Amino acid sequence: MLITNLFFYIFSIITIASACMVIAGKNPVHSVLFLILCFFNAAGIFLILGAEFLALILIIVYVGAVAVLFLFVVMMLDVDFTRLRAGFLAYLPIGGLIGFIMFIELVLVLGTWNLDLNLPLSNGLTSDISNTRALGNIIYTEYIYFFQLSGLILLVAMIGAIVLTINHKQTAKRQNIFNQVTRDPKESVKNVNVKPGQGI
Amino acid sequence: MKKINYFFKGFFLIEFVAAFILAMKYFFRPKATINYPFEKGALSPRFRGEHALRRYPNGEERCIGCKLCEAVCPAQAITIEVGPRHDDGTRRTTRYDIDMVKCIYCGYCQEACPVDAIVEGPNFEFATETREELFYDKAKLLSNGDRWEHAISKNIEKDSSYR
Amino acid sequence: MTDIFYTYLLPTAIIAGKSLFLIVLLLVSVAFLLLADRKIWAAVQMRKGPNVVGAFGLLQSFADLLKFVLKETIIPSGADKVVFLLAPLVTTVLAISAWVVIPFDNNLVLADINIGVLYILAISSLGVYGIIMGGWASNSKYPFLGALRSAAQMVSYEVSIGFVIITVVLLAGSLNLTDIVNSQSGDLGMLNWYCFGLFPMFVIFFISALAETNRPPFDLPEAESELVAGFMVEYSATPYLMFMLGEYVSIVLMCSFGSILFLGGWLAPFPFLDFIPGFIWFALKTCLLFFMFAMVKAIVPRYRYDQLMRLGWKVFLPLSLLMVVLTSSYLVLINHFSNNL
Repeated sequence: MLITNLFFYIFSIITIASACMVIAGKNPVHSVLFLILCFFNAAGIFLILGAEFLALILIIVYVGAVAVLFLFVVMMLDVDFTRLRAGFLAYLPIGGLIGFIMFIELVLVLGTWNLDLNLPLSNGLTSDISNTRALGNIIYTEYIYFFQLSGLILLVAMIGAIVLTINHKQTAKRQNIFNQVTRDPKESVKNVNVKPGQGI
Repeated sequence: MKKINYFFKGFFLIEFVAAFILAMKYFFRPKATINYPFEKGALSPRFRGEHALRRYPNGEERCIGCKLCEAVCPAQAITIEVGPRHDDGTRRTTRYDIDMVKCIYCGYCQEACPVDAIVEGPNFEFATETREELFYDKAKLLSNGDRWEHAISKNIEKDSSYR
Repeated sequence: MTDIFYTYLLPTAIIAGKSLFLIVLLLVSVAFLLLADRKIWAAVQMRKGPNVVGAFGLLQSFADLLKFVLKETIIPSGADKVVFLLAPLVTTVLAISAWVVIPFDNNLVLADINIGVLYILAISSLGVYGIIMGGWASNSKYPFLGALRSAAQMVSYEVSIGFVIITVVLLAGSLNLTDIVNSQSGDLGMLNWYCFGLFPMFVIFFISALAETNRPPFDLPEAESELVAGFMVEYSATPYLMFMLGEYVSIVLMCSFGSILFLGGWLAPFPFLDFIPGFIWFALKTCLLFFMFAMVKAIVPRYRYDQLMRLGWKVFLPLSLLMVVLTSSYLVLINHFSNNL
């Protein structure tokens, strides 16, 4: 248990520290890299919990795909932080107020949350059924409608994003590779015997 | 029909398989590589490599200082100074420099030479470590001539029937 | 004190020793595979390839290693130093760390974890970070363009690889690599391997693996005709060596992953050949796939960038999705799942 606790504290400290660095970092790319470190350590905590499937899905989805897109966007944007911070003092009162309200709400939620410490802590490592299967057994039976619904929401979001950004200009020249390579030279080129001084 | 045919060709990677078979044929063919520092490719007798100043068989240098090569050189890489030699007073070069960095190896100098004194020999391995070593003077060119005389005279003889 | 030694230190030391052995074995075999790659490429073009250092040039890779290590590491003055040096390290470490779950033989695996497939997928999806970080930190145009290209490319081909793996996992019923290999054993020998039943998926996996590891014809991040050397333009000496090493280690990883998923890992092709040790079969199959990797490099011209994205999203993704549906329909039809609910 000693080693597990040790690792838990290491992962937690690095998670919190890197989360702070995400906000404090001057360079947005560094912030994203710290965010990735944060995800990694969160995955480590999942591993300690015995939720290996969740840990790896976290890495595949968030680090492998979402953070790549973040990094992609942040790299392309030339964010000028000195200009962004220019109005910092003007926005401070209202921003601080919102932050304070959220903090109060969090305290209220946590204060009323009745954490039952007597619940058996299920540990995937000790049970004989692998936690991938355990997760599947719940998601595809009990929560099947919610699962499908969340899939549908993602589909709608995807279609929405495509509809918003797609721009089929009629004037733009587009390439149809299949048509290009299946073109027959006999149909596209014609030999004409042009008489001098007459033109076609 | 042609489009359907093309679609199936692409879908089943027919062309990739054909390319693979072709590549495997080439795989086992004898290699075209020459094992360079140990083997060398054949050179034409007209090959224009490193310059050399030749001598007559009796040891007298051929160059008479006519400066035709200097005049014809398109890169102006040749510098010649002429004067009478002390012992017999014949017209000889006192200075014959070729800037090998400027030289474009066009071969006009050897074409211009009336006595076949300046020639471009078959040697192409004369890389140096410093730039200064590529500024050839008369002594260097004459020593080149002595070293390569055998090969150069043979090449000139081989090529003579075409001239 | 002895208690701590036996519960923590000794197992840690044993694992460290095994890992070290695996890494050394891996790096030596990568050195020879790199030479084989160059030799195959040369042979197709009727060249001899490296043949000076050692007999038949066998020691060429080691000579290259020495050359790279002895050269001076140049860090551009405009570069982000930490990220610049971190990038090759990330690439190499990730590529090597994926090998812990690869089973070389029955029970010959460093970490026999339940979700080995997901682990490899996760590690290979992280491979893009080394390239993006390297391209961005160089603070130069060509590396940056290379990094952007590879970010889009690797994320797209991850998706089709994921679906290919799902079909295999559906058939095998496990995410454990050892179980996947064992599910391909049977009386029919090699006919039980998934490369026959799932041949289209095998082809898609192979092509996606080419794109995933930035091999020609999908080597757009380092397309030398347009981007000089892509994300590696500013790299020299040891960091460059580490990029190359990471690239080749992940290529060999993809080959062995493919041989586990589709070619039956350590299983012998015919039952009467069972007396030959499994890891030899595994190595042979990996080498076969690597040979195909090298041949593709020699015979296929590079894709244009938009065609690459089109191939990934418009051809492979629908095709692999269709195969997932077909495979699962087939499995439902034969009542494959009825017994293990």
